[in-house]
Amino acid sequence: MSGKQFEGKFEFLEHTADVYVRAFGVSIKEAYENAALAMFETITKTGKVAQTEEEIITVEAEDLYALLYNWLEVLLVNFETKGMLYSKFQITDWVETVDLFKITAHIWGEKFQPKKHLQKVAVKAVTYHLMVVMQEKEKNAVLEFILDI
Amino acid sequence: MGEDEGQPAPERVPLEKITDYIWKIPQYKKDMHVSGMIFANQNLIGKMQTDRTLWQCANVAQLPGIYKHSITLPDGHEGYGFPIGGVAATDYTEGVISPGGVGYDINCGVRLLASNLTEQDVRSHLQVLADTIFRNVPSGLGSRRKDLTINNSDLDRLTVEGVDFLIERGLGWKEDAEHCEEQGCMTNANPDMVSQTAKKRGLTQIGTLGSGNHFLEIQKVDKIFNQKTAKAFGINHEGQIMIMIHSGSRGYGHQVCSDYLRVMEHAIKKYGINVPDRELACAPGTSLEALNYYHAMACAVNYAFVNRQVIMHWVRQSFQQIIKQDPEKLGLKLVYDVAHNIAKIENHIIDGKTKKVWVHRKGATRAFPPGHQDVPVAYRSEGQPVIIPGSMGTSSWVLVGNQKAMELTFGSTAHGAGRLMSRSAAKRKYWGGEIKTSLEKSGIIIRAASPTVLAEEADHAYKNVDMVADVSDQVGIATKVARLTPISVIKG
Repeated sequence: MSGKQFEGKFEFLEHTADVYVRAFGVSIKEAYENAALAMFETITKTGKVAQTEEEIITVEAEDLYALLYNWLEVLLVNFETKGMLYSKFQITDWVETVDLFKITAHIWGEKFQPKKHLQKVAVKAVTYHLMVVMQEKEKNAVLEFILDI
Repeated sequence: MGEDEGQPAPERVPLEKITDYIWKIPQYKKDMHVSGMIFANQNLIGKMQTDRTLWQCANVAQLPGIYKHSITLPDGHEGYGFPIGGVAATDYTEGVISPGGVGYDINCGVRLLASNLTEQDVRSHLQVLADTIFRNVPSGLGSRRKDLTINNSDLDRLTVEGVDFLIERGLGWKEDAEHCEEQGCMTNANPDMVSQTAKKRGLTQIGTLGSGNHFLEIQKVDKIFNQKTAKAFGINHEGQIMIMIHSGSRGYGHQVCSDYLRVMEHAIKKYGINVPDRELACAPGTSLEALNYYHAMACAVNYAFVNRQVIMHWVRQSFQQIIKQDPEKLGLKLVYDVAHNIAKIENHIIDGKTKKVWVHRKGATRAFPPGHQDVPVAYRSEGQPVIIPGSMGTSSWVLVGNQKAMELTFGSTAHGAGRLMSRSAAKRKYWGGEIKTSLEKSGIIIRAASPTVLAEEADHAYKNVDMVADVSDQVGIATKVARLTPISVIKG
């Protein structure tokens, strides 16, 4: 359904009730960036989202799974509370210790405009169900997760 | 990857047939405290075997303090941690409470309004009525009414006071509250237990329908199965116009669930609880973590009651605008409002003794029998109304709770049709415009914010709701009162 446009970035897998995403990256950072893009592609056509506003966000978690969960949740909350859609994500800082993962990201997008942006479906929440974080020696990372819609 | 079948279950779950409608998952894993019990016919159980429903049912049986069985209802399908269409009751002190057993959309539920109109009365107004409701009730992404703004203190009050908050402000009738589960207000709500993030999400979304499977339908009574009970519920004759509203606690409830999932992840480590799935994270029933969640959940429950109440108020106004008669004259009375995702403290008889338990209903409807004190006085001789919405464009059902539900399912029954086909498969097979045309050909007026949602919610993507109602009726946990069919659908 996403066509060639997102090849190598993410794909939607089959799931009965919800949206099942597999995101790729040549680095773990890139996979997290593509996971965010997939979430916004679920909500709208990201191709139509201009990158006119830039924000910087920081996300922390105790492990890689929680980091994915928290990262997507922060973006979802921004959409719901500020009406922001994003179409470009760049994780500029990635800090890892034994029990803390912390990322800083630059994100670009614009306010949702019903006349301009296609409404697909609202995402209710990120879930841990079937969540996968795979990493081959800091390259070729694959993430899988389900969005509750 | 299977096309429409979902994924194969990660392990083969043993299943024993007890009757044509009852199946048992034996305690095949050493961590299962009880067996699994599934209420389904051959066809429905076949569907459950194509995804992780039964495996999740067995996982729930591993929750500490669980009583009798981990229960899956006829509409059961794969969820997160818990299957959707499930019930689990755990001991109040020895057991656990799990936010996953309630779900992200806390008090996602349905309310049904009656009217004294017939299909003939509204047919000629239907297009303009649908337009008016679609305009008056915000649906779809980011949509809201500018004339309903609340501040932080209003938000806290409404999550404590429930529907009375609105009724006192003229957005409802006095008797509306009596016709809601919990009288439209769960006590024990404490907004101090709710995060600022949840409140921020809640501020902008009160009085919005949402998207996905949420909807608003104008329906007609298609067939009455139990005249006496139907009459008590205000369902008087075939062809009578009814209105159904299906929505939940929006971003407020979703955030409460996420926040407490994190709390529970720490709790399972702290209390040394072993769960087979991260989404089953939980805390001992009387721990601080459990009580904080329960008090936050109650806020989200009340938020959802208020949300459906304000939507109903706008529906009444829409009818008044178009039919040009007072809502009172049109008989737009609330039949009942039921929760589909909720945890409750209830008393149930287990092995002959009354026990205080946490009942988790995840995609399940309470179905209390005649005479139960929690059934509104007006319906007490009949039993609690159970409202089961179908998929878009198909029937919905009104059932009535029965004593059998107290014996078998902790006073519960199914909540809907249950999905059959993945959203991407539905989108490959259908497109929004086609669905709209086909529904309109069969006389159903449709208004939708998103064509994508229309395709994803296509009727064929769901199990047959009539079959779900049949199994409930045959088992006797909730029996048939009336079948409703839509004449207009409003989707987010």
